[in-house]
Amino acid sequence: MGTIFRFHTDVDTDQIIASQYLLYPTIDEMKAHTFESLDPTFAERVKVGDYVVAAENFGCGSSREQAPSVLKALGVKAVIAKSFARIFYRNAINIGLPVIVCRELYDAVEDQDEMELYLDQGIIKTGDKEFSCTRLPAQMQKILDQGGLIASLNEEE
Amino acid sequence: MGATIIEKIVRRNTGIENAKAGDIVTVNVDRVMIHDIFIPFVKEKFEEMGFTKLWDPDKVVLIYDHLVPASQVDDTRHFRIGNEFVEKYGMKNIHRSDGICHQLMTEAGYVKPGNIVFGTDSHTTTYGCVGAFSSGVGYTEMASILGTGTMWIKVPETIKVTIDGKLPSDVMSKDIILKLIGDLGADGATYKALEFSGSTVENMTVASRMAMANMAIEAGAKCALFTPDEKTAEYCEMELTDAERSLVGDEDAVYCQEIHYRAEDFVRVLACPSQVDNIQPVSSWTGTEIDQVFIGSCTNGRLEDLERAAAVLKGKKVAPFVKLIVTPASRKIYREADANGTLQILAEAGAIITHPGCGLCCGRTGGILTDGERVVATNNRNFLGRMGTSKVEIFLASPETAARCAIEGKIN
Repeated sequence: MGTIFRFHTDVDTDQIIASQYLLYPTIDEMKAHTFESLDPTFAERVKVGDYVVAAENFGCGSSREQAPSVLKALGVKAVIAKSFARIFYRNAINIGLPVIVCRELYDAVEDQDEMELYLDQGIIKTGDKEFSCTRLPAQMQKILDQGGLIASLNEEE
Repeated sequence: MGATIIEKIVRRNTGIENAKAGDIVTVNVDRVMIHDIFIPFVKEKFEEMGFTKLWDPDKVVLIYDHLVPASQVDDTRHFRIGNEFVEKYGMKNIHRSDGICHQLMTEAGYVKPGNIVFGTDSHTTTYGCVGAFSSGVGYTEMASILGTGTMWIKVPETIKVTIDGKLPSDVMSKDIILKLIGDLGADGATYKALEFSGSTVENMTVASRMAMANMAIEAGAKCALFTPDEKTAEYCEMELTDAERSLVGDEDAVYCQEIHYRAEDFVRVLACPSQVDNIQPVSSWTGTEIDQVFIGSCTNGRLEDLERAAAVLKGKKVAPFVKLIVTPASRKIYREADANGTLQILAEAGAIITHPGCGLCCGRTGGILTDGERVVATNNRNFLGRMGTSKVEIFLASPETAARCAIEGKIN
């Protein structure tokens, strides 16, 4: 089981990782500042296997791939939202961070609830509740299965 | 069955005659843009992927704009790595201090009507102003394009936006796009293309179209498209071919949504803190005190924007407690505004005129704000922390509105 960190609607990429940290040479140096403007304690509290749950349009704004990358680097297992912004969604798949659309989960859970995602079955379990989530388009599932775009390209060669 | 502009561009690019919205296709990329912030990561991923050469060095453009001139000692690392990349892979298209990437891509002739272009920046949608399909990608995806020259995309559905009539004299294209974003919501066009038409759009300069295409991403759009016309041809310094002229949405094309506006109904508006879709009329905030005004960015740092501000500020003074920062979008614009007296008018009114570049918009240089301060700005994002601390209030506006606010020291 992982802990849910629950965020609002229209979480933008500046909120996930602010511009001034993009100049740090590595994702590992950036990750301590994840969600800093919303919750300065997030990076300390989140553990490997935890989940980010949000409402509509998660990851809107800039094209910065550092946004999904810092989440992955902190060990976030998946982001589950009602909907995602396009570039964030594509970037997340390309780096191998599962991004899952589930319309019902957000309103059914509280921050710090426990949940588990069963990616192959497309199921989320939390407490005694179970939700089904949307599967990825085949093209994206393939990239994710191979561990991201780099691994996927190497596979094709 | 007719086609939308994006369907026509994809068909021409891929040779797939019936390509339509929803299809997943692999496109041949005509041009890519990488800027200084992401070049170190692009280089790292490109080499991690095992590529040893660029698919076509002539099609790759590297632009230093966010960090020019450097404001932190570590910024120069990006220039060093960028220069190494240019040298190692035989690139020629590099701009080290010529202005903002989205201005330069069309201004310097890298993007033509009907092209497919990707850039490592979400505001890459800007090139739709000349009828190109352009969109932002992350650095891993960019590295993949650099090696393969291709990219898979889902052909987007299209929202058709028609605007007819004559705009009120104080309203600019920025007010139109802000109003549209407010109506659609920050995710109202996610995964979709915006297609603009109508007499208002036809009568608009390419610069005004750029401001609109630039902000399409703020409604989540994948791209924004304007039909190439005589103005486009003049701007791009080319003759349009029949294929380029035909980049118009057909009468019987399939649209997922159609929106009509009467130009006469538009008023000056603001995107209020801290969402770009929080749109309210300027009149509902009149008198609110401000600390700073920023006129610039890839949205509104063009010659017509500076001229508009100068027309408002001519013979007047910026309020004594307000800092008015003016940042031309490119060196060319800077020179033109200097030559025609625009910069002088702005300087005499009390403006601080800076070097061309992204400047304050990305919150790194030249006018960072702190807790409790309020800024009226012509750029494209008012996100928390965008131009300083997370307790800065950012109001997005047109250059006309920004200049009026600078004189009063209040929203006006």
